[in-house]
Amino acid sequence: MVRDMSITIEKGEIVSIIGRNGVGKSTFVKTLMGLLKTSKGKITFNQQDITRTKADERAKLGIGYVPQGHGVFPALTVEENLHMGKLINKQKPSLNPEQVYDYFPKLKERRKQKAGTLSGGEQAALSISRAIIGNPDLLVLDEPTEGIQPNIVYHISDMIKQINKDIGLTVLFVEQHMGLIQQMSERCYAMDKGSIVGEVKHQDVANYEILKRYLTV
Amino acid sequence: MSILDLFYQFMNDFSFLILSAIGLAIIFGMMKIINLSHGEFIMLGAYMTTLFTKAGMPLILSIFISAIGVGVFGFIIDRLVISHLYGRTLDSVVVTWGISMVLQQGMLIIFGPSLQGVSTPLGSLSIGGSAYSIYRLLLFVISFVVLVLLYVIFMNTKFGLYSRATMQNQEIAQSMGVNTNRVYSLTFSLGAAFAGLTGGLYAPTMTISPSFGTSFLMPSFVTVIVGGANPLIGTSLSGGVLGIVSSILDALWGTFYGRLGLLIVAIIVIRILPLGISGLVEKVLVRKNRV
Repeated sequence: MVRDMSITIEKGEIVSIIGRNGVGKSTFVKTLMGLLKTSKGKITFNQQDITRTKADERAKLGIGYVPQGHGVFPALTVEENLHMGKLINKQKPSLNPEQVYDYFPKLKERRKQKAGTLSGGEQAALSISRAIIGNPDLLVLDEPTEGIQPNIVYHISDMIKQINKDIGLTVLFVEQHMGLIQQMSERCYAMDKGSIVGEVKHQDVANYEILKRYLTV
Repeated sequence: MSILDLFYQFMNDFSFLILSAIGLAIIFGMMKIINLSHGEFIMLGAYMTTLFTKAGMPLILSIFISAIGVGVFGFIIDRLVISHLYGRTLDSVVVTWGISMVLQQGMLIIFGPSLQGVSTPLGSLSIGGSAYSIYRLLLFVISFVVLVLLYVIFMNTKFGLYSRATMQNQEIAQSMGVNTNRVYSLTFSLGAAFAGLTGGLYAPTMTISPSFGTSFLMPSFVTVIVGGANPLIGTSLSGGVLGIVSSILDALWGTFYGRLGLLIVAIIVIRILPLGISGLVEKVLVRKNRV
């Protein structure tokens, strides 16, 4: 259950939602994606009301999703997983797989392999690639770096920033990893007990003390 | 009994198992719906084929149209009933059992206890004193064609990709833009169409009655249980294994023991491999890939 959530993201921004475990970040993301019903309130995307739009229709409108725990299809190959992302954003042509492999070359080597056999970092890369291949306007990531090695975390966040620049992607991500929040976000919203409790402005993102307040138990 | 007779028996049993199981395997494997009205879908196919053929249509055409007809019927059943049960495996058992009774009794009321069938076409082939029905040999070939067709549908089409993705994780498939309800609907219709095809194919070889489907139900369930969730790998391998077991028992002691053998194999397989043959195959493949 989440309530009193009011957030706005401008085109091309990278915004994060931060907060400890269990404050409702994932519930919020699922509601945003249309996987949970919105009982009250309004969700607008590109000036269009999508509060009652089903999840698959939202994807087609241009929202790419990187689920918690990466959510790759384990029994499909890397190539097939990528193919699944092509339905995202009907308004724009999909990217070429080669463009996506440029960001994560490791995936190209493994393209015939079943996604279930990839390492955690590779699965995260695949999940992100699958979402961006459809050329979404908004990319929503739910703890993209959960359970992967620190050095890979930074590689992945660099790539997301690169993609944000290259294709003008708007990024909303949910995270509790301090380093990643500071490295990626231009702005943050802090969540606690199912509501937004504060906003961290651009100039304060680098301020360790302010962020720490929202993240430590 | 010659070795040729035994092989003929195997071909018979193999094609019967594959064709009876295929529709059930698709619906169960992809949707986790246990379709107890599977036998009645087969029965519908048999009735349609018989009626069309007697109305003057060539047999092959009536079989084809019956498959499509039962597919459409499956689509309607899905929209009316099954779509409310996605993801509710146990409830689906009760509901589809109800559908099966309605269909059986409905047929009894409309057409009576039996329908005059069409005769088996193509005659027989005699080798070394034994006669082999050419039509049944053809069924063996068709069972392979059906498996290949299924492979192509699921591995080489967009629908196949979406349905495999939906099977693995419905929520995520949906959030990638797949209309998963439509995928389920089409999958159910496809399973129904294959059941209709089976009914049509066997219509010329059996008595046409409202209980036509019951002789398919047990073998189809055993094949799906032994095969496991993957309709491709599971059905073909379990059809092979069960075909060998039942043809040998058929040849030694008759059909009753053949059927009994199927059940015993099913019980043993559930004990050792709860996920069926395809569960084992997938485990081995994943392990090999990791190394």
